[in-house]
Amino acid sequence: MEIFGIPSQALFGQLLIGLINGSFYALLSLGLAVIFGLLNIINFTHGAQYMLGAFVAYLGLQKLGMNYWVALAVTPILVGATGVLIERTMLKQLYKLDHLYGLLLTFGLALIIQGLFRHEFGSSGMPYPVPEVFKGAINTGFMFLPKYRAWVIVASLVVCLATWYVIERTKLGAYLRAATENPSLVQSFGINVPRMITLTYGFGVGLAALAGVMAAPIYQVNPTMGADLIIVVFAVVVIGGMGSIMGAIVTGFGLGLVEGLTKVFYPEASSTVIFVIMAIVLLIKPAGLFGTQK
Amino acid sequence: MSNSAIASATSSSSRSLWVAFVIMVLVFAIAPIWVYPIFLMKVMCFALFACAFNLLLGFGGLLSFGHAMFLGTAGYASAHAAKVWGLNPEVAVLFGTFCSMVLAYVVGSLAIRRQGIYFAMITLALAQMIFFFSLQAPFTGGEDGIQSVPRGHLFGLIDLTDNTNMYMFVFAIFLAGFLFIWRVIHSPFGQILKAIREHQDRATSLGYDTEKFKLLAFVISGAIAGTAGATKSLVFQLASLTDVHWSMSGEVVLMTLVGGMGTLFGPVAGAAVIVSMQNYLAQLGAWVTIIQGVIFVVCVLAFRRGIIGEIANWIKKPL
Repeated sequence: MEIFGIPSQALFGQLLIGLINGSFYALLSLGLAVIFGLLNIINFTHGAQYMLGAFVAYLGLQKLGMNYWVALAVTPILVGATGVLIERTMLKQLYKLDHLYGLLLTFGLALIIQGLFRHEFGSSGMPYPVPEVFKGAINTGFMFLPKYRAWVIVASLVVCLATWYVIERTKLGAYLRAATENPSLVQSFGINVPRMITLTYGFGVGLAALAGVMAAPIYQVNPTMGADLIIVVFAVVVIGGMGSIMGAIVTGFGLGLVEGLTKVFYPEASSTVIFVIMAIVLLIKPAGLFGTQK
Repeated sequence: MSNSAIASATSSSSRSLWVAFVIMVLVFAIAPIWVYPIFLMKVMCFALFACAFNLLLGFGGLLSFGHAMFLGTAGYASAHAAKVWGLNPEVAVLFGTFCSMVLAYVVGSLAIRRQGIYFAMITLALAQMIFFFSLQAPFTGGEDGIQSVPRGHLFGLIDLTDNTNMYMFVFAIFLAGFLFIWRVIHSPFGQILKAIREHQDRATSLGYDTEKFKLLAFVISGAIAGTAGATKSLVFQLASLTDVHWSMSGEVVLMTLVGGMGTLFGPVAGAAVIVSMQNYLAQLGAWVTIIQGVIFVVCVLAFRRGIIGEIANWIKKPL
């Protein structure tokens, strides 16, 4: 079977890869958006924390025999805790300054973390086995869908939607949104805003680590896996606008698909297509597809 | 402050700048006696690059996280002009500068549509696009880059393969670029730029078209960064992907931060420090990245004025 002169196997295969990449774009840009909302900081360390997640899973398996499910539960907490530490000791001091200092600090931290891992593990990738339950593929009639990939898409959708629900529909989320608008007013109601900020950063970092664990069996685990990815995610964030949680999710998945389609029809442009879309969006709607310009 | 006080403050402040300038010129004029000239040329190229970057960040308040694209693009353009078209080095440098200027106009027009952190992310993303373009384009040589670029004869007369001549050529370009930036900073345009940095809405309310001023600052900065990149490709006879990579954009931020953003001489000092560090620590591999990261963190947390900024604060005069 062929669609537009492309074998359907190849087309669906690339769309699937696009959807997988999109899952990670969505998870990472969601974390960035949550952090930015409350801290007004673009977390440049996000890519390094994603890598950290993958490494914790990998090392846990190698040294302690920690299986995938334990890794999935433990890693976000561990890496999130390092995030809390970073917020308490360093980021906290920068809130009164220009937001650009937060960007510079987190960039420096990313260099340190990535440098340390590169020093320790070199730059070649290390494989992480697909968990036993997800070995093999499902025949959907038009293509073979590897089980693990299906799981990643579903899991990331669930996590994204759960985050959206908590922020937009619960009381905790209402506090969070209120603190984004006016932190001092929320504090005067007796809510511990500094702690909320700390935990929000920890949560955003945890999301990055979770994405890292899920990515480990698909991409190889290596120290620079987050470095280039984070730049693409920045572009995703600019396209979607950081004002809306749902916007980040939709843009993430959507751009993953567009990237997949580009690989089929014009592979040379597949690494730049997202940046081109960003340029076009900036021309037409500078605030981003889902954003509002302040 | 009364008018006479302002006048005397300005004259004494410009005196400290001139003294610093003379010291800087003397250092670069005498240093080749003891220090390897290629190393000094590298310092001057990066110093000019950082000065151009600082014009934007220190005086315009615009953090571009993609300035490597101007360094790299001009490097490729001038290397191509010198090697494939056989142009004279001065023409090749001008051509590289021109290419980066055009690129800066396009990128700037897009990026100034958003402010602050978004501006940084947009420039970074567009620079990454240029990186992938450089990786794939037919004339950049992909992973190899453009190698053995001829230095040629300046004006068709002076042989630049001689390191002394090359040194004078680079020194002249560096000083010209530095003086130009100095002039821009103290021109009415520079004052308006500072006004926009301090309070954009206020500048708008005074009747200035802030977008145009920001774009012009971006184009000037991109063009001079291009001059630095073009010169660098002739010095090393190489234009490669390193110069367009995001880590290079990070390095120029680091140089400016270490030296002191918003100071005239800070980027020069910062470039000297960072280039020396890379030179002496080169065999340590990944440690260079780690140390750079640590310097970033320390500068942001405890040393925001930078080296020259601290000195200026200490002697209570602008530098």
